[in-house]
Amino acid sequence: MTGANPQLNAQGQLRHFLTLDGLDRAQLTGILDHAEGFLSVARQPVKKVPLCRGKIIANLFFENSTRTRTTFELAAKRLSADVLNLNISTSATAKGETLLDTLRNLEAMHVDMFVVRHSDSGAAHFIARHAAPHVSVINAGDGCHAHPTQGMLDMFTIRQHKGDIAGLKVAIVGDILHSRVARSQINALNILGAAEVRVIAPRTLIPAAAGEALGVQVFHDLRAGIADCDVIIMLRLQHERMTGGFLPSEHEYFFLFGLTEKRLASAKPDAIVMHPGPINRGVEMDSEVADGPRSVILEQVSNGLAIRMAVMSTCLGSHNLSGQAPATEAAHD
Amino acid sequence: MPTADIIQPAAQIEATIANMAEALNHLCQQHGIEQPLMIGIHTGGVWVARHLHRRLGLEEPLGFLDISFYRDDFTHIGLHPQVHPSELPVAVDDRAVILVDDVLQSGRTVRAALNVLFDYGRPSLVLLAILAQRDGRELPITPDVVGLHVNLERGAHIKLNGPDPLYLEQRATAPGTPS
Repeated sequence: MTGANPQLNAQGQLRHFLTLDGLDRAQLTGILDHAEGFLSVARQPVKKVPLCRGKIIANLFFENSTRTRTTFELAAKRLSADVLNLNISTSATAKGETLLDTLRNLEAMHVDMFVVRHSDSGAAHFIARHAAPHVSVINAGDGCHAHPTQGMLDMFTIRQHKGDIAGLKVAIVGDILHSRVARSQINALNILGAAEVRVIAPRTLIPAAAGEALGVQVFHDLRAGIADCDVIIMLRLQHERMTGGFLPSEHEYFFLFGLTEKRLASAKPDAIVMHPGPINRGVEMDSEVADGPRSVILEQVSNGLAIRMAVMSTCLGSHNLSGQAPATEAAHD
Repeated sequence: MPTADIIQPAAQIEATIANMAEALNHLCQQHGIEQPLMIGIHTGGVWVARHLHRRLGLEEPLGFLDISFYRDDFTHIGLHPQVHPSELPVAVDDRAVILVDDVLQSGRTVRAALNVLFDYGRPSLVLLAILAQRDGRELPITPDVVGLHVNLERGAHIKLNGPDPLYLEQRATAPGTPS
């Protein structure tokens, strides 16, 4: 069983964190529980724990992202790890070769973990496949494929507000076709037992076979889609979608799919509104909603730190196990 | 399955904790401490601390420390599977703190707990109260108040069960358990 999932080591523990696909409820719940513990670190006057002292974490960002890179960096520093930030501009032709050379060089510097963001789907898997045995790889977003730490921080935020994911009705609104965030969210929601996962998008922005393939219900009407939902997740609309012929205009998109207080009325009265950021105000949602009482958008950012600390320490903790059983209560004293 | 024997049932624990509270009271008077801040170490230490907190009639809320992120065996056994948030509702700066745990063996938990505590501030004094002390110290740590001393065979463990009722049991080591 452990051989089948490239993310797990021989003891079945998470070594890499590439996708939520293939992980089970216990593994995801474990990460959420650990993140709960890390949340209290932010309340300490010294916002740091010595857990990963002496470890080296390299941020390999082939694609720009200020916020994600910053939260990974801060999370690593709060774990007392040393952080290297590498902004690597890619050359499309020689990508494979130069990438592996970069990896070998970093491994020679005894880097323990790579945090990878890349515009190509599968980039993090590729690096994990070629990484030395003592190195872990975290996927910080690859192409249209996955963004598992974002998916987990969203689950964490939902759990904080709703207690449990199981039994909830959750709607994801926007560009499902291109969204790695949506894919990871859908995976996580299904693994954690959400009662219903709905996706709401224009026909041009949702894969034709999406419903069955992703385990979701597809809607093309916002009001009908969010009716009776506990959670509404708005996705970011990339500007390049306008030029790609997917949408007529931002104004048109807002007219049909923008979240307003009025439209929000069809969701449950205690529904929460989420967005992975950065928000296009007046495109995905009104400022009134983004800054309103149901918005948990800024909490998502804070929770991102705790989730990333949990994921990084879980993967780094799987090193040097040499066949030992995980820590048990007997080891407490 | 490791074998388990109850070495102190609930009724006796009650009396042990009552004695600890009395000893703590005495110790505080000696040190001129009027309102100590009580902090329990998750999980067993918190159970014991709740009883002591009530018996001493402390007005400020109880604090909780989790030492999972400060353990010294992370590189050997990874992240502890159960992590609880640390919660110190009152600032520890310049305060007299009573740190409470259930079992003292190697002393490594207390070492880690002191590190957590000092990341929250600089207490003026820290007293250590332990429900059950046993052999096997690996660090120079000595409790100020001890409920009971236990002599165990090599490889055996004592474990506090709770929270209600609290009772101490002795277990032979399960095969493969890191100690």
